[in-house]
Formats: sequence, structure tokens, C-alpha cells
Amino acid sequence: MNDISTSPIEESSQRALPRWGRILAWVALFALLVIVARALLQKQQGPVAVGQKPPSFTLTTFDGKSYGPAEMAGKVVLVNFWASWCKPCEQEAADLEAAWRYYQPRGDVLFLGIAWTDTEKASLGYIARFDITYPNGPDLGTSISQAYRTTGVPETYVIDKNGNLAYVKLSPFTSLSEIKAAIDPLLGP
Amino acid sequence: MTVIKALFAIVLTLLTGLFVAGAVSAQQPTPSDDQVNAIAKQLYCPVCENIPLDVCPTTACAQWRELIRQKLADGLTEQQIKDYFVQQYGDRVLGTPPPRGINWLVYLVPPVAILAGAYVLFRAFRSWKRPIQQADLEPSILEPPAEKDTAQDEYIHRIEEELRKR
Repeated sequence: MNDISTSPIEESSQRALPRWGRILAWVALFALLVIVARALLQKQQGPVAVGQKPPSFTLTTFDGKSYGPAEMAGKVVLVNFWASWCKPCEQEAADLEAAWRYYQPRGDVLFLGIAWTDTEKASLGYIARFDITYPNGPDLGTSISQAYRTTGVPETYVIDKNGNLAYVKLSPFTSLSEIKAAIDPLLGP
Repeated sequence: MTVIKALFAIVLTLLTGLFVAGAVSAQQPTPSDDQVNAIAKQLYCPVCENIPLDVCPTTACAQWRELIRQKLADGLTEQQIKDYFVQQYGDRVLGTPPPRGINWLVYLVPPVAILAGAYVLFRAFRSWKRPIQQADLEPSILEPPAEKDTAQDEYIHRIEEELRKR
């Protein structure tokens, strides 16, 4: 009499994947989930927050000078992300330049303008139009804005003399006094 | 006299050459919108996500299209222009990510997932089909149904008893 439960056909249908295959499939699935989770987490983090250590970067300006951690050390650094096509950026351009001219003689304040997804020709036109004299350069490969997790322009980050992020503004400054109110407390007596 | 003539001929040739070269350079046509858009449709500006550069209406995208036109006029190839944009604005300006680093996942995961899914389905279909075939075969192999059923059927048993009495 045939025993159905032990027939060769049944046995082959019940045969599972080889052990290495199952392990590989689970490892691949887990790795994929980790990558997706990391990407989602990074998207949900938002911009760098006050009190955090800001990402370090080196900016090469339109005239070829470099500003990196060495040039920023021991200074209050204002990092402004802008673009020539950005209308709100125009609102604060004159105030930022006035603030720079006010603080520049002290020597312990540095302003850095970072042109985000802008063409060089348009950026230089904007700089000339607002007579901007503080260092400005392109965000090559959008690496700086990605490190700061910016959400658009204009955005301004002020770093204190100890290298910590002290102030964040995700919209344009509305007056010179507002910029001074962000910087003065960091300068000390 | 012959030397002066030769010198004059050389200077004249050089001047003519310069003039012709200048004229050719000046006559180089401005790249058309179609030429610009052929490259622009492969690029995406980070400001307007998911809108190809050729149809994006923002000022930023208009500036980028002008930049493409300028690069084409400068004699750059399509690939050189795309490389320039990647260098300036990062990989995310490209419609299709370049196959390097973690980007390989984009190219590998879908086909691997499809193949794995097909394999799982194949196994599932086989396992679903087999028990049905065996269930069909089971009664004929194991026992003759007639004997079993009639023996236990009380109605048939009573009929047989009545017939026997006659």
C-alpha cells in the first residue's frame, strides 16, 4: 500500500531553502531596512539645532580663498545660505552687509555667505548689486547645505567662539538690530 | 625682391586665416531651446523637486537652462555638461543616479526582489497543486468505495434482507 505522507513528491515540496540562502535573505532584508530607516531618520531630523556641534566645512570663495575650521576657530561665525533667485534673501542682504561692516574691524567675527544651487554669474551679479564685501562662495555639490540639513534659503546659523551653534534663523532677518541681537551676546564683555 | 614678396604672401595668408577663423567663431550658432532641453530634461533642480529642468518654471531653473546654453556654446558635450552640474550641485541633480556606492542599490534591489518573488511564487504554486492531485488519487488507491459504502448503508441492507425473505 502506498504511504502518501512519505512519497518522494511530497518530500520535495516540503524541502525548504538551504540554510545559507535563508540567512542571506534575512541579512539582505535587514540591511535594506537599516538603510531605509537611516534615510528616513535623517529626513525627519530637520536642520542642525542650537547647542549642537555644527558640521565642519571649508568654503572656497568666488575669488579663490578658503575658509575652513582654522579660519573660524575662536571667532563668532555667521553662516548665511542664500541664492540670487531668492527674493526673501534680498530683504536681508543690505542688513547683513551693514552688520558685517559694523563687526569686521573687531576681528573676532566672521561672516560667510554660501550661494545655494546658484549659477556663478548670477551669484556674482547679486554680490555686486548689494555691494557685499564679506566672503562668499558656492556650495559645491550642495555638500555644506546637506551637512546643515537646510530646508531652503535664506537660512542663517551663528556659531559661538567655542564652536557651538548658538543661533539659527530659518527666514530672512528683518533689521540690522535683529542681526546684532543674535551676535552681541556671543562676543562677551 | 623675392623675399619681400614671400614675406608679404605669408603675412597676407596669416591675416586671411585669422579673419576667417574669427568669422567662423562669430558665426557659431546659439544653441536652440531643443538642444538645451535635451540635456535639461535629464536634470533636476534641488529647489523644485521632481520637476525636470526643461519644464520647471522657476527663476533658478531658467538660470540653469541658460547655463546649459552657455556651456553648449562653449563647445562642451552633453556628458561634460552633466558632469559640471554634478560637480557644482551634487548627484541629486541627475534624473538617474550614477551607479556607484550606495546608488547600486537602486539598480540591484528591484531585479533581485523580482527574481526572489518569482521563485517564491513558483514554489508556492507547486506546493498548492500537489496535495489536490494526491487527494484525487487517494480513494482509488486505498479502498474500493463500493464495498465500504454499501456495507454500511442500512437502507441497502434492509432491501437485501427483504429480497432474501422472498
